[in-house]
Amino acid sequence: MNQPRGNDHAALTASRPGAGHPALATESLTRHFGGLTAVNQVSIQCHSGQIHAVIGPNGAGKSTLINLLSGELVPSSGKVLLDGEDVTAQDPAQRSQRGLGRSYQKTNIFAPLSVFENCRLAAQSRAGSSMRFFRPATSNREINQRALAALVATGLEAASECIVATLSHGAQRQVEIAMTLATAPKVLLLDEPLAGMGAEESAQVVALLNRLRGNHAILLIEHDMDAVFALADRLTVMVNGNVLESGAPDAIRASPAVQAAYLGVDEITHG
Amino acid sequence: MSPRPPNRHRLAHWIPVLVVIGLTLLPWITDKFYVQFVAKMMIMGIFAMSLDLLLGHAGLVSFGHAAFYGIGAYALALMTPAYQAANFWLSLAAAIGLSGLAALIIGFFVVRTHGIYFIMVTLAFAQMLFFVFHDTRIAGGTDGIFIDIRPDASLSGWVPFDLENFVHVYFVALACFALVYVLLRVLLRSPFGHVISGIRVNEPRMRSLGYRTFGYKLVCFSIGGAIAGIAGYLSALQFGVVNPEFLGWHLSAAVMMMVILGGMGTVAGPILGASVWMVLELGLQDLPTVAGVDLGKHWQLWMGSFIVLASLWLPNGLLGLLSTWRAAFGARTSQTGGQVLRPDGSTVPADYPGASTGASIASVTPLASVEARQAGNE
Repeated sequence: MNQPRGNDHAALTASRPGAGHPALATESLTRHFGGLTAVNQVSIQCHSGQIHAVIGPNGAGKSTLINLLSGELVPSSGKVLLDGEDVTAQDPAQRSQRGLGRSYQKTNIFAPLSVFENCRLAAQSRAGSSMRFFRPATSNREINQRALAALVATGLEAASECIVATLSHGAQRQVEIAMTLATAPKVLLLDEPLAGMGAEESAQVVALLNRLRGNHAILLIEHDMDAVFALADRLTVMVNGNVLESGAPDAIRASPAVQAAYLGVDEITHG
Repeated sequence: MSPRPPNRHRLAHWIPVLVVIGLTLLPWITDKFYVQFVAKMMIMGIFAMSLDLLLGHAGLVSFGHAAFYGIGAYALALMTPAYQAANFWLSLAAAIGLSGLAALIIGFFVVRTHGIYFIMVTLAFAQMLFFVFHDTRIAGGTDGIFIDIRPDASLSGWVPFDLENFVHVYFVALACFALVYVLLRVLLRSPFGHVISGIRVNEPRMRSLGYRTFGYKLVCFSIGGAIAGIAGYLSALQFGVVNPEFLGWHLSAAVMMMVILGGMGTVAGPILGASVWMVLELGLQDLPTVAGVDLGKHWQLWMGSFIVLASLWLPNGLLGLLSTWRAAFGARTSQTGGQVLRPDGSTVPADYPGASTGASIASVTPLASVEARQAGNE
């Protein structure tokens, strides 16, 4: 399965006849930081109903890639496509409104607000313009229900009225995911959703991702290899900004190049 | 600082009503000096509330807010013909419109910047306006401009109030004060209000949730400017004189200190801050001469010391101090046998587990009990 990188466009569409445009795709995406090429000629695809995991050692360019996809970074060259449409020139807010939802590796939520308000604000972003000045924000039943649904999906409904800053780290990570869900995204970019979670919380999130897989395209960056291999339909391995390998989990596991570059190291460090 | 359960401070809901009743009765209780003083207090209260909308609610640290106050004041001065009265309704609308428009134009440039740059750019724009009025003769230059005849409030023959009468001016200021208070309360509960709070807390995350934050910040800045214009207009109306100091950075700094003193991010805090500030200013200037030193003449020294101490010991302002006292009192009276009474009437053990590490969602501590315990520890 040693496909040359940047070439799996054809391979994937061929394997999914009639699938139309991938929900999320990049074409030769590149980003330089001065002399450093953090992401080099990366072309990946993510289809609805699929979890595409991106793995790689620290510094491989995974976070830069996700920032390029969400619009927080502008690529030096290459394209980002949502449903086949070029969104490279769009800012994060526009991409979000087109159905792209992301969660952050470093918890990025509204700490002084309640869990519910965190999700309610996320849901409110889908209800058209918020240039509305008179009716109370919390009186919109549809928005409240959408926020509540996100809390139920993540198992947070009991903590709904808690101030986020008082929650445990693991629970804050779940708020992070719940907020992303409350925007009703079609494509989910999850940046290490399991980082810092306990075993029980991790299992909950893995189960949640399995449920979400049905009608979302999910791009997952994760260091927990057990979770990655349990979840991913497709794996891309990045090293030094390049795609080393991309393919089905079994093929990746068997690849000597990947073992040398990444998995092998992992085995050695974990004895 | 954080949202509180609605059923917790039932008494607090009545305070604004009691304050308005008290203010309504005031002209029958005191003399002209104090009526005018309280009118000025309410005007500064409006000004401070308008700044807090930017500072405490949207997180926009505007250091040039006097610009919009000054524009409101100059709008009345320039619309008043020599030896004739301006139309009250028209000039008030013009003051609101012009200060809001100025804030829209200035905001278009400044809300793109963040942090220290925002502070500097707002100051720079305000100083530009200051020097326009200071160095040109369009409105009397450094001497300022007098409003000899107060505006005429007649509506097709009917005269609802006479602005040459200081009590009527007082009630106009009270009406504006109450209206602005209610308007801000409604605004802050609206979808727009929640969005600007979200922007204050975490603007990048608001963008990634799909909010184009620029527009919301710009509208917020314009609303703040328009309300500051009302305050400036009323000030010009009350004293009949406008000068470049109305736009100066001294006033921008003073109103910012009023907001911080009272408590940022609350609606009542800025009112409290402005009131305490003005009472102190008045009281300190009246200090006696002790051992040959005229204490009152050096009132700014005492005021400065007070501000330093207040910022050291009252990080949440005077209103924060009041809620700390109330929370401490509440915690003492509601603790029974190691149980902390929660606002919904249920109890949790006083040693309820902290949620700082490794705790699952089920062991999350409700904020109310955290607050109660912290207050109890103090």
